Amino acid sequence: MLANYFPILLFIVVGLGVGAVAVSVGKVLAPHKPYDDKLAPYECGFEAFEDSRMKFDVRYYLVAILFIIFDLEIAFLFPWAIVLDEIGAFGFWAMMGFLAVLVVGFIYEWKKGALEWE
Amino acid sequence: MREYFFWLTAWLPHNLQVTMWVLTKIVAILAPLMLCVAYFTFAERKLIGYMQIRVGPNRVGPRGWLQPIADALKLMMKEIIIPSRANRFLFLTAPLLSLGPALAAWAVIPFSDGLVLADIDAGLLYILALTSMGVYGVLVAGWASNSKYAFLGAMRCAAQIVAYEIAMGFALVGVLMVAGSLNLRDIVLGQSGSMLHWYWLPLLPLLVVYFIAGVAETNRAPFDVAEGESEIVAGFHVEYSGMAFAVFFLAEYANMILIAALTVLMFFGGWLPPLEVAPFTWLPPLMWFGVKTSLVAFLFLWFRATFPRYRYDQIMRLGWKVLIPITLLWIVVLGMVKFYTPIGVWFA
Repeated sequence: MLANYFPILLFIVVGLGVGAVAVSVGKVLAPHKPYDDKLAPYECGFEAFEDSRMKFDVRYYLVAILFIIFDLEIAFLFPWAIVLDEIGAFGFWAMMGFLAVLVVGFIYEWKKGALEWE
Repeated sequence: MREYFFWLTAWLPHNLQVTMWVLTKIVAILAPLMLCVAYFTFAERKLIGYMQIRVGPNRVGPRGWLQPIADALKLMMKEIIIPSRANRFLFLTAPLLSLGPALAAWAVIPFSDGLVLADIDAGLLYILALTSMGVYGVLVAGWASNSKYAFLGAMRCAAQIVAYEIAMGFALVGVLMVAGSLNLRDIVLGQSGSMLHWYWLPLLPLLVVYFIAGVAETNRAPFDVAEGESEIVAGFHVEYSGMAFAVFFLAEYANMILIAALTVLMFFGGWLPPLEVAPFTWLPPLMWFGVKTSLVAFLFLWFRATFPRYRYDQIMRLGWKVLIPITLLWIVVLGMVKFYTPIGVWFA
């Protein structure tokens, strides 16, 4: 059983390796002549004003938090969908109850404006 | 072939033999894949050229056919600039983080019945996990570059990817409800019969949602605000040059082909012919898979040539307020149909 996963592990290593080799090839073959202006961060030709790790909109956090909730929901739905034939109509309605609770939460988010952008 | 390989390397320890055999198979998948990616970029430039009544690249080689190779050589010869304020280690790791998962996902893709590197039961879960990893490459790239455009691009991109991932996940739940398995081979075999048995028919809304989410996940037009060349120049990879940029580019195109392949496997019967009768069964299954994947991949290019770019707030609205409710509703409908109507038996 676990032997099936060995090729996958190897594939991930090779996948990362392809990228590493490509970048290394570029490093070796390409010229390397750095100077200050070339290495400056790109800002349409201006000098960079300040550090670019600035404050950003809190909405991005909100999206990330909502994502975690819904992704967990999906994680619950996956095994349920696989065994739907065995658990039958009762299992189906049980999950519908769970989904209904989440939909109430979703509607609340919607009404609160958490899904609005601007 | 396997026996021959093991006979040839009989003098090596067994574990090493197995590793080498698996590596051979990986190369047999990756080499054609990289070739496809290279020529997909060429196809894109040619097709969009024709759609805009231009000829596209036609100088390098006969009718421009050597263009991707020339591009690769050019990128190899270009300096990789690491900005002075960047975090060097993360800056160089980010491209790997985005290409690695895009390639590794192919480990579980069945090209035809039995022709798969790892026939695991958690296939679709593995795919979902790996496609989610792609967002790290983008975030790390935007953060490590320490440039405003890169940072803005990365934030937008990350928020967009996670928003559409939910819709994508729900669409997959629909597929699982009908197929009853996470194994991609079983999902395809569950669709055997004819075109009408493929899952596109009972799951039509989910197919549309899945494909739109796939386009948004790969940051392709019309959802390419993360790159948005007219406002934030190139988004998260603005500071990347030479091969470091090329790796991001490869990852984007490999991901597009991956989404196309998954759409075919889950909704269009994978390697199965449209009808199980004579003229259709002449073409080998592998070819059917290739033809279907190419057709779906073509849509990505067609979209780019046709649709104007969405505004960011429109993208978020579409993801949260349209696609997620549709998928939720269709999951309920599927369950109802499955348990309370006679046609439910047909798809179960």
